[in-house]
Amino acid sequence: MAFYSEKVMEHFANPRNVGEIKDADGIGEVGNPVCGDMMTFYIKVNNNRIENVKFKTFGCGAAIAVSSIVSEMAFGKTIEEVMSLTNVDVAKALGGLPQNKMHCSNLGASALHKAIENYKSKKL
Amino acid sequence: MRQIYLDNQSNTKLDKRVFDSMMPFLIEYYGNPQSIYSLGVVSKDALELARCKVASLINADAEEIIFTSCGSESNNLAIKGIAEALKSSGRHIIISSIEHFSILNSIKKLEKEGFDVSFVPVDDKGNIDELRLKEMLRKDTILVSIQYANPEIGTIQDIKKLVSIVKQNKNVGNFVAFHTDAVSACGAIPVDVKDFGVDALTFSASTMHGPRGVAALYIKRGLKINPQIDGGVQENSKRSGTENVPAIVGFGKACEVVKEELVSKNRFICKLRDRLISGLLSKVEYIYLNGPQAQENRLPGNVNFSIEFIEGESLFLLLDAKGVMVASGSACASKNLKLSHVLRAIDIDAAIGQGSIIFTLSKFNTKEEIEYVLEEFPSIVRRLRDMSPLYSHFVHTGKRRVIIPGTNFGDV
Repeated sequence: MAFYSEKVMEHFANPRNVGEIKDADGIGEVGNPVCGDMMTFYIKVNNNRIENVKFKTFGCGAAIAVSSIVSEMAFGKTIEEVMSLTNVDVAKALGGLPQNKMHCSNLGASALHKAIENYKSKKL
Repeated sequence: MRQIYLDNQSNTKLDKRVFDSMMPFLIEYYGNPQSIYSLGVVSKDALELARCKVASLINADAEEIIFTSCGSESNNLAIKGIAEALKSSGRHIIISSIEHFSILNSIKKLEKEGFDVSFVPVDDKGNIDELRLKEMLRKDTILVSIQYANPEIGTIQDIKKLVSIVKQNKNVGNFVAFHTDAVSACGAIPVDVKDFGVDALTFSASTMHGPRGVAALYIKRGLKINPQIDGGVQENSKRSGTENVPAIVGFGKACEVVKEELVSKNRFICKLRDRLISGLLSKVEYIYLNGPQAQENRLPGNVNFSIEFIEGESLFLLLDAKGVMVASGSACASKNLKLSHVLRAIDIDAAIGQGSIIFTLSKFNTKEEIEYVLEEFPSIVRRLRDMSPLYSHFVHTGKRRVIIPGTNFGDV
């Protein structure tokens, strides 16, 4: 069996929503201190919904696939829906991740939550 | 799809001549060499002929060669076997900080049993700090083990000089055994145990286009060693277990082929390596060669680059998608999610270490394969850098972000 699921490899090979948003409403960054992966998420919010999302990621195949799929999952969702999304949900959507990658590379949902918190703090 | 194998540090392709030499001993001549009937004698003769060929490659005598199942077993036997045999005269062992796991973990076990271990550091190219080695030698030192060549960054040590430092030091009280792990060196560069003056040396068939499942430990005549497998009288009672005759015959053939071809293949592989190094340096920005320069003490087939702003595992996955198989020393590429201990030992910046990519070449690679890699590599790097927040930070601000394990990200 291959190290990564087909879904992981598909997202890794063709990542969705790579990039930055110049006038982003919120920016969230998560860095894993153990192995050094890093994700930065940019969101545009309209009417309490994620209207646009982009990311940049430094890391392994899993980290890139996680970023890609979580960006897809967030598109068009409400802030509350995205906030209830967990890292475990993301791993499930990818058809699972290797055990040793579950904690270090699976940070996409956390990065998105940070972007939303950043957006909320700006609104205050 | 094209398959370009550039991971010869992890295993090498079997040479067809080696395969042919093994065949008769798999089906036809299956006798146990310890049996004295005719089928046993055929095996015994083949076993001893192979021992002569294997010994000849490293300028040893046949009776100084013990066959084992792999390099790790040879290293375990050397470290534990010598330490146990010599412990009445001391319990201090010195090894380098860039040894293979089979040395490091054997040492860990000995530490639990009350042995005292010192680790000689290396410089930023992986060369042993000779002064520190000298200082570390004590009256109760019994064993020094330093790798001949490092598979990851390609550093070749001056073993002869290190042996003389150990043997001539006045701090030393009793006999100090010198072992070297030559798994990555043997088959790639000349090895001469008499010239080096080593007491024990590990080498393996799998890194020289021989079969897996067989390796050897050279044990200098007279050196005491405790067996690690209890059993019968095989291998002069130093390594029990029915001899793996087909694999040993293959190992003998592989050594014979190496002896014949070493000089010409070496020249060829160095040429490929140098083309890969200069090609990558001219095509990709912000990359750094790990280990010695090509014209210095570097293994012929070894190329290890850190590609800044990207991570090694994603890099080798994309190379694999193009049919190119390589390795990485990055944390993400390892099972324990730690940056390789070799890269840590040469004190590499953690962010730069993450982008390590290791190409190890063999005589079966071609000039066309290297040109193909040079063609594909830049666009893969570009693709990953376009995705990298570290790269965009650098492009926008001209500054680098550092990754310090155990902390958050900060600006330099």
